Amino acid sequence: MLTSAAVPAVGPADHARGRGPLLVVYADLGCPHCASAWVEISARQARVVFRHFPVASKHPRSPALHAAAEAAGLQGALFAMVDALYGDRGHVDDPHLWRRAEDLGLDLERFQADRRSTAVAARVRRDFESGIRAGVTATPALFPGLSDLDRP
Amino acid sequence: MIAAGQPAPDFTLRDQDGEKVSLSGLRGGRALLVFYPADFSPVCSDQLSIYQEVKPEIEAHGVTMLGISVDGMFAHKAFQEKLGIDTPLLADFEPKGEVARAYGAYIEKFGTANRSLVLVDEEGTVEWVHESPTPLEVPGANVIFDALASSCAR
Repeated sequence: MLTSAAVPAVGPADHARGRGPLLVVYADLGCPHCASAWVEISARQARVVFRHFPVASKHPRSPALHAAAEAAGLQGALFAMVDALYGDRGHVDDPHLWRRAEDLGLDLERFQADRRSTAVAARVRRDFESGIRAGVTATPALFPGLSDLDRP
Repeated sequence: MIAAGQPAPDFTLRDQDGEKVSLSGLRGGRALLVFYPADFSPVCSDQLSIYQEVKPEIEAHGVTMLGISVDGMFAHKAFQEKLGIDTPLLADFEPKGEVARAYGAYIEKFGTANRSLVLVDEEGTVEWVHESPTPLEVPGANVIFDALASSCAR
């Protein structure tokens, strides 16, 4: 049951980029607010942790975008894919996703298999549910000041 | 605002398709009334969209979710389509806010319902109420599950 719970601490399975104080971001790749916020967030002196929060009913394309981002992440390119998706919100159909994966030098066959896999969908859903339990009601939702399990 | 333990006032309102929906028609199951101020309001949050994403989990507890605002059914239809949700939206339109008033959920100075959640049990008694301190504060879905979890524990 999705009862209240604190935002999970940052761990080794999280997608993190940058140096500085931890900033956990629950974002929807189909959301225009997130797209504008991403520019500013990316410029901050912070270690940004990206967590998936697709609101599928509002942005029907979001589940596919998050699956693509997570699949790119399995090849070490989540943030590059997120940057690309937020940077060009008009081109998010499957051919555009393949092109992006290609441009990022990803193994396309693996990308295709991964983005359709239940494992990737489960990972996206897990992030989403942690956001629900933490009370996220709008995107992007920022949580500064969390602890990092990696750090002593 | 109405309190847990009180009988939930029955009502019959039209939904976004013009179909009549009665609270007493849901007896035998639980109902979650989601009062909110207005369709298409500029408050940049996704209350109904968020609840839509976890609607199956809510319904698995035998709960039917109903949105209620003073908007008319045509606005509700457009709002439902815009958001891509299938939660029924009931028009507390004429007399304006009558149902919201019966639940103590009407804000006279704004002429709208407040933002609140009312869980009604199988016998038509109010089981739980959550009222946002201001209409700008949106309760997360976790708040609903907290209420469902504590009623399971009884």
